[in-house]
Amino acid sequence: MSNILAIANKELRSYFSSPIAYIVIGFFAFLYGYFYVAILNAFVRQSLQMGQFGGGQSMSVNQQLIRPLLQNVTVLVLFMLPAITMRTYAEEKRSGTIELLLTSPVTDFQIVMGKFIGATALYTIMLLVSLIHLVVLFAFGRPEWKPILTAYLGLLLFGGCFISVGLFISTLTKSQIVAFMSTFGVFLFLWVITWIGSMVGPTGEKLTTYLSIVDHFDDFAKGVIDTTHILYYVSVITFGLFLTAKSVDSERWRG
Amino acid sequence: MIEVQHVTKRYGRVTAVDDISFRVERGEILGFLGPNGAGKTTTMRILSGYMPATEGKATVAGFDVFEQPLEAKRRTGYLPETPPLYPDMTVLEYLTFVAKVKGVPSGERRQRIQTVMERTRIADMNNRLCSKLSKGYKQRVGLAQSLVHNPDVLILDEPTAGLDPKQIIETRQLIKELAGTHTIILSTHILPEVSQTCQRVVIINRGRVVAVDTPDNLTARLRGSETMYLQVDVNGGDATAMLGRVAGVTRVVEADRRNGLVGYEVESESGRDVRRDLAKAVVMGGMGLLELRPMRMSLEEIFLSLTTEEAAQAAATGEAVQ
Repeated sequence: MSNILAIANKELRSYFSSPIAYIVIGFFAFLYGYFYVAILNAFVRQSLQMGQFGGGQSMSVNQQLIRPLLQNVTVLVLFMLPAITMRTYAEEKRSGTIELLLTSPVTDFQIVMGKFIGATALYTIMLLVSLIHLVVLFAFGRPEWKPILTAYLGLLLFGGCFISVGLFISTLTKSQIVAFMSTFGVFLFLWVITWIGSMVGPTGEKLTTYLSIVDHFDDFAKGVIDTTHILYYVSVITFGLFLTAKSVDSERWRG
Repeated sequence: MIEVQHVTKRYGRVTAVDDISFRVERGEILGFLGPNGAGKTTTMRILSGYMPATEGKATVAGFDVFEQPLEAKRRTGYLPETPPLYPDMTVLEYLTFVAKVKGVPSGERRQRIQTVMERTRIADMNNRLCSKLSKGYKQRVGLAQSLVHNPDVLILDEPTAGLDPKQIIETRQLIKELAGTHTIILSTHILPEVSQTCQRVVIINRGRVVAVDTPDNLTARLRGSETMYLQVDVNGGDATAMLGRVAGVTRVVEADRRNGLVGYEVESESGRDVRRDLAKAVVMGGMGLLELRPMRMSLEEIFLSLTTEEAAQAAATGEAVQ
């Protein structure tokens, strides 16, 4: 366990001693802030209109502000997380430091876990930034905190999938750009996979909805914890980590 | 301390290391000499546990590097050809990280790091970023990294490559100091380096071990005599004495023995072709002669492709630095 934490710690620090952490968190904060302002504005305008003309149902901060906002976060994650995972293995392979890790008395799995925890920690820090805006909402209104909690649980699991698959893709190359583009491509595809779902019949639709990485997030955003979705995300994470460890091992054999 | 038995490594169809065997005793410095691409790095990577061998067995400090990798790695320090430094860490951060992953207990960590930094003379660099170090210092930090968990065995891949002459002398001195408490394998393609630092030399070429001997003996063998390799089916006997009686033969050494077939290295006075007499002696002795080939040629070939003059090497390095 101490090995895993040593590697996780090293990973996290290396993000902050290179520009990556600052760029990722900086752009995330900027774009997220922009979404926040835009959605908040729309929300305020709508509620003013409702105040004037009297609307049917009452407005909900959770449903009409926080939920669309956090769903937009998934889009940001799609762009940001490949940048976090692209260097994990690719850079170690390019610079030769992978030889240090692989000749140290640690198992491949411990290395993979260390890198996974390190990248997830950076991702968590990124998400914490988004929490600041929501805290402000609590000062002026009374949003429910439970759906926010489930949405963040969903975001963590959603990001975990990106990280574990991103780690795997990073083991396949020495180039960070290749790792970035491949990770991005794979997840963009998993994102839009439902588009063809309706064309390929009811079974196909079911299948593509199940495979779609972002559809599983919807329930979390609504405040529903469904074990199906947790199972999906945990399976993808486990599978990604498994592939990563196997890929490192097979690289040893091939030399 | 280190035992390599019939290790073979293939990359796809390319055989990088072909059935090599050798041993290193405790406290010894073994030089691994061979031209570039001979299989030195591959062998060292197998010993360090970086990659498994395709066939064969390698043991370090009594642990099979493939069966019990963690135990073996705990007792091995490895310096790859390029020191595996993280550019964005300071020297102290780097060594602390290495000490953690190498399993140095937290109570001893500070002390161990201090010791190796003094030993490798990098104590004044502890807050310098690894990326800002000169080539010589990078190499020393690499060496410090391999020593931090006080391993029994040190595997150093070209530890003096790319250093200036002064640094080369210092590094060699350091390696010599480390022998005794550590068992060391170092690889090089520079001939004088071996004679200055190593007690024994394994010469490797195209993935095969060509000779194992002390540096002095090797040089003598190269200069004064010719060597034949004979593989004999001895029928349970021993042909050493018999081969020694052949006129012109100066020395007979049993090189290997496998399923009743014995390989001999036979040295003879230079300029005298003893092949006919050797063949006759074996056949007359009632044994089967399976192989007879001159060894001197291949050894000489390899020596020729090695850098024999350090000046040339130093000049090349100097140019590279500029």
